[in-house]
Amino acid sequence: MFQSLARVWALVVKELLAVLKDPRGRATIFVPPALQCLVFGYVATFDLTRVPYAVDDRDRSVASARLIHDLDGSGVFLRVAETARPDGAAALIDDRRALLVIGIDQDFQRRLEHGQAAAIQALADGRNSNTAATALGYLNTIVGRFNADWRAAHGVAGPPAVRLTTRAWYNENLETRWNIVPSLVGALTIGEMLLVTAMAVAREREQGTIDQLLVTPFRPSEIMAGKAIPAVLVGFGQSTVILLVAQFWFRIPFAGSYLDLYAGIGLFLFAATGAGLLVSAFARSMQQALLFSFLLIMPFTLLSGLLTPLSNMPRVLQALTLINPLRYMIDLAQRTYLEGQGLAQLTPDLAPMGLIALVTLTCAAVIFKGRLA
Amino acid sequence: MTGPPPWRPSGGRLARLVALTVKETRQVYRDPSFIAVGLVLPVILILLFGYGLSLDVRHVPLAIVLEDSSPDARDLASSFQLSPYFDAHLVGSMESGRTLMLAGRVDGVIRIPPDFSRRRAQGDGEAQLIVSGADANFARIVQGYADGVVANWTAQHAGRGERPAAGPVLVEDRVWFNNANNSAYFLVPGLIVLIMTLIGALLTALVMAREWERGTLEALFVTPVRVGEIIASKVIPYFGLGMLGLALCVVAARFLFGVPLRGSLAALVAASVLYLLVALALGLFISSTLKSQFVASLVTVVVAFLPALMLSGFLFDLRSLPLVVRLITYVFPGRYYVALLQTLFLAGDVWPVILPNMAVLAAMATVLFSLTRLVTRKQIA
Repeated sequence: MFQSLARVWALVVKELLAVLKDPRGRATIFVPPALQCLVFGYVATFDLTRVPYAVDDRDRSVASARLIHDLDGSGVFLRVAETARPDGAAALIDDRRALLVIGIDQDFQRRLEHGQAAAIQALADGRNSNTAATALGYLNTIVGRFNADWRAAHGVAGPPAVRLTTRAWYNENLETRWNIVPSLVGALTIGEMLLVTAMAVAREREQGTIDQLLVTPFRPSEIMAGKAIPAVLVGFGQSTVILLVAQFWFRIPFAGSYLDLYAGIGLFLFAATGAGLLVSAFARSMQQALLFSFLLIMPFTLLSGLLTPLSNMPRVLQALTLINPLRYMIDLAQRTYLEGQGLAQLTPDLAPMGLIALVTLTCAAVIFKGRLA
Repeated sequence: MTGPPPWRPSGGRLARLVALTVKETRQVYRDPSFIAVGLVLPVILILLFGYGLSLDVRHVPLAIVLEDSSPDARDLASSFQLSPYFDAHLVGSMESGRTLMLAGRVDGVIRIPPDFSRRRAQGDGEAQLIVSGADANFARIVQGYADGVVANWTAQHAGRGERPAAGPVLVEDRVWFNNANNSAYFLVPGLIVLIMTLIGALLTALVMAREWERGTLEALFVTPVRVGEIIASKVIPYFGLGMLGLALCVVAARFLFGVPLRGSLAALVAASVLYLLVALALGLFISSTLKSQFVASLVTVVVAFLPALMLSGFLFDLRSLPLVVRLITYVFPGRYYVALLQTLFLAGDVWPVILPNMAVLAAMATVLFSLTRLVTRKQIA
């Protein structure tokens, strides 16, 4: 037993040296997670802060100027053009110069002063319909505020309105960044874990050094552990880099316990490494290891709930996500990091990841042994 | 059959290229993993995008805490129960609503407070929505739908002889290119950019590094084969696979997802050829610079796959990014191709969008191929 541990230790040291001694290897392992975490933290939000718009103000009245002033002062809408012709609007949207074109009719102020409803037209570029809907939502909010001001200034009684006030737990302002960045602990590492393990084994096979290892006293399971443990250690390093960026750059408050989070990360890393070893058991070359890894990385990423909610998916796909370790990791990251849930509430995430790790590592060991014997 | 063919300079070059390409193509056919990426990966992605990714939420489980027993309050509660977006049921108290939320059994709690109808009569009715911000995007979608239910309810009641609900200014909006707000319309460009990136960059990421690692490239250098010919022979078979993937995507977009192709097919093919060349050249460049399959594979994930997913603008609006991050998106080819795809599929042949974006892709392909040649040639000496 002790001898076996010592042998695995020797392999782990050798593997870590192989990866970390090369400055290029070191850089490729620790710099990209930090950079990606920084960049994606800014990218991954559906909030808009710059909506280029054009306005066709046919009224040119005090009221219309006031509405345009409200739009310009919102900090979201950027006026890029004034257009007078209807075909001008079409060209602005076609060329992607404006996301919205707002038309104000000639009788805008007159209708308002007579207590009539005045319509403004908003054309939106629907090439990304999600962005268009968000921009129109902002426009409606600003117009709603304009209406309230107008009613207040002109002593018009408001309708029996009902407000819906929203309170969001754990993330008061519903900032997407707050849930995306902690999720990157899983989303950025899964690809690296799969590749590092699958490629490491495939490289030994391609270069024939695995045969040399086999004539040593190492057992196949020890060789496997020697591949899995360094990958997991590298994964811990990457996760830590991402957590540091989340806390010290983005200043996202950490609500849970580090011990719980790292327990989850550990199980997740073993599950991902197990998947990588399983890939390597089937891959005959590094090329195959890379391509087969991607056949897993893509579905894992897309069916993880990172970008779109899991509850939207059809039943069959929801069932498939049950074997996706990333799904549990993202849930767990949000639960510990933002919600501060304890181990009892995390069990529904921890248990499946542990099971996936156990199954993948065992299968890989069995196949590995069969192939080598 | 009758001795060696006569020596012709141009014919010799062509013959060498054909021979090399045939060899590479055979390698592709013999290795099941290439076919897996050329055919299986596109099909998996098409299915995942078509059925798995959607921002249109339905049947969100919701708890309603009704603390006001007036007809108004009951009516508002029942319009939540009737909404197709929610799966709402009444619970006895705020405490049980909170418990259901914590257990993850509901995604939101609507509270209609005791003074709801009294305050509504004064023009200040208030209902509360509690959501979990742990998934902020989802919470926003839920909030949007709940706002819609309340606005509809208010408008309906205005119709019953009460004062008009909204106004005086009303917004009449029209969304061009995607009137029905079909999410497949904006997912298809993302699907194609991912498939083309993966096929292009993944397939070529290792080919040059493998030749370097095994020393077979040096063996090739002693033959009359030129560097340009080696590179071309590495590109041609994978280019074929990429076009096959594109054909699959266009057919799926058209017939499976019902996305219109409003621009010309020729422009779409031209744009895709350019992007595929950029992706192939990127893979080759990574491969020949790093000369290690292990490092090349990790770098490919970082510079090809993740940027195509996150920085191409098919999901997230790039205009709203901070300046530095926006500048970074210009370095990666994805944003140009997504702009082309969105315009060609949904808007039409808008040349002021098409020409500049194609020009950038063409320039990127040229630069990357030249760099690949440079890096490969340097090493011979």
